[in-house]
This record gives sequence, structure tokens and C-alpha cells, in this order.
Amino acid sequence: MSDDTILSVQGISKTFGGLKALMDVSFDIRRGEVYGIIGPNGSGKTTLINCITGFIKPGGGKVIFKGKDITRWAPHKIAHIGISRTFQIMRPYYSLPAYKNLIIPLWSPRAKTVGGWRGGGRHGDRDTVAVDILEEIGFERDSRVPYKLASTLPTGYQKRLELARCMAMRPEIIFCDEVFSGLSMSEIAGMLPLIEKMKEEGITLIMVEHRLRELFRVADRVMALNFGEKIAEGLSSVVIENKKVKEAYLGKEEV
Amino acid sequence: MEIIVYGVINSVILSLMALGFTLVYSIARMPNFAHGALYITTGYLAWLFMNSFMSLPYPVAVVLAIGITAAIGALIYRFVMIRIRGMEISEIIATYAIGLAILEGLRWGGLRGMTFTLPPFIAGSTTILGVSVDYQRLVIVGIGLATFAALYLFTHFNRVGLALRGIAQDERAAMMLGIDSDMTAIISLALGSGLAGLAAILLLPLGNIIVEVGYNVLIFAIAVSVIGGLGSWAGTILASFIIGFAQILTEAFLSSHYQMVVALLAIIITLLIKPSGIFGKQKELEERV
Amino acid sequence: MMRKERIDRGVRVRTAGLYAIASWQEILYLVGPPLFLIVGAIILPILLEFAPYWKRVINIVCVYAIIALSFDFLANFVGLVCLGGAFFVGIGGYLSAIFNVYLHFPVYLSIPLATISGAVISTVLLMPALPLRGVYFAIVTLMYPLLATRVIEALNIMGGTNGIIGLDSLPNAYVEHYMVIIVMLIFLYGMRRFVNQDMGLVIRGVKDNDQAVRASGISVTKMKAFAVFVSSFMGCFAGAYIAHMYSWAGISLFALDFSIIPIASVVIGGGGTLLGAVLGSFILVPISELLRNFGTFRIVIYCVILTGFIVFKSEGIMVYAMRKYHQFERWVKV
Repeated sequence: MSDDTILSVQGISKTFGGLKALMDVSFDIRRGEVYGIIGPNGSGKTTLINCITGFIKPGGGKVIFKGKDITRWAPHKIAHIGISRTFQIMRPYYSLPAYKNLIIPLWSPRAKTVGGWRGGGRHGDRDTVAVDILEEIGFERDSRVPYKLASTLPTGYQKRLELARCMAMRPEIIFCDEVFSGLSMSEIAGMLPLIEKMKEEGITLIMVEHRLRELFRVADRVMALNFGEKIAEGLSSVVIENKKVKEAYLGKEEV
Repeated sequence: MEIIVYGVINSVILSLMALGFTLVYSIARMPNFAHGALYITTGYLAWLFMNSFMSLPYPVAVVLAIGITAAIGALIYRFVMIRIRGMEISEIIATYAIGLAILEGLRWGGLRGMTFTLPPFIAGSTTILGVSVDYQRLVIVGIGLATFAALYLFTHFNRVGLALRGIAQDERAAMMLGIDSDMTAIISLALGSGLAGLAAILLLPLGNIIVEVGYNVLIFAIAVSVIGGLGSWAGTILASFIIGFAQILTEAFLSSHYQMVVALLAIIITLLIKPSGIFGKQKELEERV
Repeated sequence: MMRKERIDRGVRVRTAGLYAIASWQEILYLVGPPLFLIVGAIILPILLEFAPYWKRVINIVCVYAIIALSFDFLANFVGLVCLGGAFFVGIGGYLSAIFNVYLHFPVYLSIPLATISGAVISTVLLMPALPLRGVYFAIVTLMYPLLATRVIEALNIMGGTNGIIGLDSLPNAYVEHYMVIIVMLIFLYGMRRFVNQDMGLVIRGVKDNDQAVRASGISVTKMKAFAVFVSSFMGCFAGAYIAHMYSWAGISLFALDFSIIPIASVVIGGGGTLLGAVLGSFILVPISELLRNFGTFRIVIYCVILTGFIVFKSEGIMVYAMRKYHQFERWVKV
């Protein structure tokens, strides 16, 4: 564990009934990097995120954030200390306009302390901040997009809204659960600069992805999971050449 | 000795009350707040058939009453619940309202006081392990155990039973295999109501048929199912033994007034320590926020 | 093929923002309905001067409206179905009786004290069910009032089956009327404002998607506890008021009527509008008074109406009326 390690995951395991979803997965994340987690369907990627962010209690292992053991903390506490996440299955508050969706993270204790957005008691303040954040994340301020109902937004914008919800928390780490899936090539092309920008702001990003090519363009390091086990880790070019990773995606070559 | 014998009897009684509720919850994923009402309905119908204009013989009256209750359960699903499946708030309110309507309707119709009683299977009593027990309680234990066995066999070896279990485990997968989820829900409600009816026929001879019993049965059924893990059958039976003995113990050492308190305390302790209940498997994910 | 098309009325579109009110009609369109309700509620006791029996019914209507508001808030904004509104009523009523009869506090002190302390007690007692999703809250709230009755009967505490007698009644009939009418209006419009405030949005978020609320660093259990506090606050006020109105607090405060009529009012009036809860009470409670001789058969009637509305007209009267008010419909060919 080196000095710039911000999050250290040590031997996380989880079983559902008899199914071993995660087996002794360990990795360290450095401050400010983009770390990719890849693996075929059902390899335990989302479960891993859930275990780290507290939505599932891991069966064994430790999660250490900046030297503090946060294993088994409640999810809102983990979010409060600066680990944010998106959800694979997005469920924005459909009946509210897009910018109103950000009221919830902006109301949170972290937004008040770390973000310094106190809302000031007046109703309008959080709304302004919300529109600012949406603009940052690629909603055109002068268009009507931020004011549209969340349910009417196209998928690309809903994904951005998910990210905006994380950004409103002023997090140190964001776990992105398949933010590229379901997007067209051009939409992804629009998202990539956003990722770069977040990285420049010093946010550590952990991206769980299916779309390998797009991921490899932004990721510094990549880890591959298969059947709940870590099978490879390192630079993306190295990982993709790894025999086990190829097998996991393409199946074993018949000898 | 008394505590053990009556503990076992009380536990079987509780599990009989709860089985119908658990069955409906495990298969239709629907909390049937009308459970207690269906229980009382059976008792009242049986009484009606035996005593009023028809004066049918006991076995006919009983079978008819259970059959009608099962039909009521099926009709409730077919005409009300089917339209609001998946809307949790409406489901709860609707079953609760139907249950209340039946119970309070019966109360208004004159179901009060001491006049309404069902005869026991066999009158008289005997001694077991030095404790005097009437035959009816023995019949309860016997039929109770037989019911558990029958349910087990039904769900493990019968086609319909297997379908029910399939729906209980994974509704979507079962539907893809061609199991009609509405049909199984109707069957489960009919079965659950029938079980409530069976319990009523067995247990009501121990007291009067009054509306309050309906509320008690509902509460005990819910308590047992929550503690055993909502929808888990093995849990239900285990939990009824825990509560059953706890109640007999409090009755022996404190007073019978506390039976209800025991049930509620048990629920609260369960919610605090292990909300998914004794046998609630992977519900950690779904239920704890 | 014909299809029904719904279009916002022009006046609705123009008045959606604050800036475009151009005429008296438009102002009336906006403030007319609430004004009608407020003025109506306030002059009702005077109008009914000649029907003393019905004057008393107003109080009961308002009490039920308050309990219905508390149910509507919990069920349709927080997602917790409370089957035991009577529990709040009972707690509030008994507490104010204790404060007033045993501790000799005056009415103006015992009602607020009972309201606040009752809300605290209710919230604490309901805490175990709050970290959970699903039917647990409904189950626990269903059990509490039944249990409270049994415990009071069995232990013969707080007057046992006779209840606590001799609470001070309110100084005069007009105080009695206007206290509950005004409090009801405050609760109604206060809650309508609150659910659109930032904190209200957070609480509504708990119902829509609790995962996202937690991922935003907010404790869902705390939010729910706060919501239960607000809701039981209203319920306990209703209980404390009733106890003083009848000068009596007994186990009938835990009776089913207080649980089921508010639920029926909300479903009939239209869930999630808050106004619907009040409207529903104004419809149902007078009917209930007319049916007084039928005893428990009233409950059967509510339950049948309730189930009918849930199944056939789940939006309720209020939503329907608002749609008619704001939009017009026409059939178009597709």
C-alpha cells in the first residue's frame, strides 16, 4: 500500500446462498486515477461495488478509505465521507424536473459541510446550484433541458444526471456502474471529455464497464473479474492480452 | 410437564393459524390482512349450516364451510387483487379493508356473545404424561401435523404444488416456463383461505365464535410469519414453537393477558435483530433499507 | 379509432408561472378554490348556527381530516402505510388526559404538550419498523392500537375500561370550532408547502428511490423517523383535541373508526394530493353521522366504498376534479 493509495480493498468475499459472488478480491486505488473493472456478465462487478459502498454487507474482507476501516458502514455514511456511486439501473425521480433531482444530494450533510452549499434557507438557492452542476456535466444551461421532467430525458442525459447526482456530493471517489452501456457511439464520445474533466478535478474514478474499447481510452489501470475472482490487473494493454481474460470473454480454446 | 404438553399444543395451534397467511405471502407475495376474517367466516358458516334452517350433519357442514371460504379467497383475488397487483399500498389497504368489512359485517349481523360455538370432534379428555388434555386438543395436534406433512408432500410431489413453489422462488422464471402467475395466485389464496378455515374448524371449538378472535388470529398469524421470516414455511413452524412456548411460559408465571404482548415484543425484537426472520434467506438485500 | 385527448386550459397555461396573470378571471381561477375552502371552513360554524347537532359534526369532520392528512402524508409521500391511525389518536388523547386530569395542566398547555410528547413516543415506538421496506410498518401499526386496548383493559391502568373522565372542556363552542378548523387549515397548507420544499423533496425521494437517497449520503431511517414524527404529531393533536371535546379519554380512542375512516377518506378524495384527504373527510364523516344507528355496519360501508375506489377509481375525486378544472378533454380520431 503506497502513500497515494486512497482506497484499499482487501480480500472482499461474498456468497449468496451457495453461490460465491466474490472470492477474496483485493486491489488498491491511487488518488486521482481512473481504474477500470471489467469482466463478463455475472462476474461480480456490481456486487463488488455494492460491497464497497455499503449497499451489501460483505461476507469477509476489509475496505480501507484513507486509512480508515469503512467495512460494513451504512451506505449513507460511506457516501458522506466522499465515496459516491452511480446505479446501473437508473431510477431518477421521474416526476421531478432534472435539476430538482439534485436537490436531494445538495440537501445532504456532506453538501452542506464539504460542498459549502447551505441553501441559505431560501428556496431558490439550491435550485441555482443544481443548474450550475448540471451545466458542468453537460446540460446546456440556456436550453430547456435542465428544466424538463427527468422521465422525458434521453438515456444519455439520464446517465449524465446520475453523474451529476454524484458530483453534487463533491466526492473524492466515484464508482461508475456501467455509465456507457445503452449509449450510442456519439453519446459516449460526448461523455469521454466529461470523464477527463472529472479526473482533472482530482476525482478518483472507478469504472465498471462492458464497453472495453471506450473504457481503455480513459482508464489508467484495469482489473478483470471472472466468477468473482480477480484474474488480472494492470495497464489496460497488458490486461487485454492476458490469456485468462481472453478466455473469460471468448471461452476456452478447444485443445 | 404441563408446560411442555400445553406448549406443544399451543405451538401447533399457532402454526395452524399462521400457515394460511404464510402460504399466501410466499406464493402471491401479498400480505393477506383478511386472514382473520376468513378464519371467522368459516366458523360462522359451519355454525350456520349446522344450526339454522339447514341443520346439516357436522362433516358436511364443515367441508362446505371450508370450501366456501376457499372460494371467497379465490374470488377476492379474482375480482379485487388482480387489478392492483404490484401496487403495494393498495394491496395492503384493500386486503385490510376486505377483512374489516367481513369482520365488522359479522359483528353487525349479530356475531357476539356466547351463542356461537362449534362442537368438538370428540368430547372428553385423557391424561398424557400426567397432564389432563381434552381430546379436541389431541385432534388439533394430530391434524396439524398431518397438515404440515400434506403441505410438504403437495408442494414437493404434485404438479400444481411444484408450480406454486416455482412462483414462490422466482416469479419471472416460472412465468417463462409457462406457469400462469395469476392462476397460481388464485390457487394460493384459495388454499390459504382453506387452511384458515381448517384451522377455524379445529380451533374454534375451544372457545366462542366471536369477532375479536378474528383479530387475534390475524395478529398471531402475522407475528409468527414475521418472526419465522415472511413467506418461509419452515420458519413459520419453528417460530410458532418459539412463541407458543413463550406464551405458555408467560401464562404460567405471569398472566394470560400478556399473550398478545409476547407476540408484539417478539415481532419488535425480530425487527431489531434480524428483520428477515429466522429463515428469511437472502432478503437482506430487499428489505433492509 | 378514437382517442381521448387532454389539453391544458389556456388560463392554466398562462397562470402556471406567476407573471402572466392578466385579468380578474385568471386571478379567480388561481385563488378561487383555496379561497372557497378556507372561507367555507371558517363560516361553516356560523352557517350551521341553527343546527347544533351538525355544528358538532364539523369538529369531528376536521379531526378526521387531520388524521387523514397524516395518513396521506405517510402513505403517498413517504411510502409507509399506517393501518393504525387510531394509535396516534389514542396516545394523544390519553396523554392530554394525564396532563389535564392527573397533573392539572390547563387545556391550552395540555393539548400542545400531549401533541408533542405523543409524537415523540409514537415515533420511538415505531422506530423498529423504519429501517425496513415492505409491509412491516403496516403490520406494526396494525398491531399497536389493538394491543394498547388489550393492555389497558388487562392491567386496568389509566381508568381501565372506563377511561379517564373529567377533562376540562374548551371554554366555549366557538373556541372549540375554530381551534380545530384553523389547525386543520394550517396542517393542510403547511403540508402542501412542506412537500414541495427541499426537505419535502428529499422525503418524497425516500418513497421513489431510497437507494439513491442513501447514495446521496442521507440516512433514510432518519428521514422516515422525521416523517413519522410529523405524521404522528397531527394524529396526536387530533387525539388530544377529541379527548378535550368529549372531556373523556377511553379505549374507544384506539377504535377502528380512527384508523379506517381516514384511510377511506384519502382513497376516495385522492391520494397524494393532501386536499383530497380533507375533501374525503368532508364527504365521508357526515355520511357516517347519518348512519350512526347502524353501528359497526358503517365500517362495512366504508370498506366497501374504499375497495371499490381502489379497484375502479384509484385516482380519487380530487385528482379527477383537478383534471377537469385544469384541462379539457376531447375525442380525436387516431
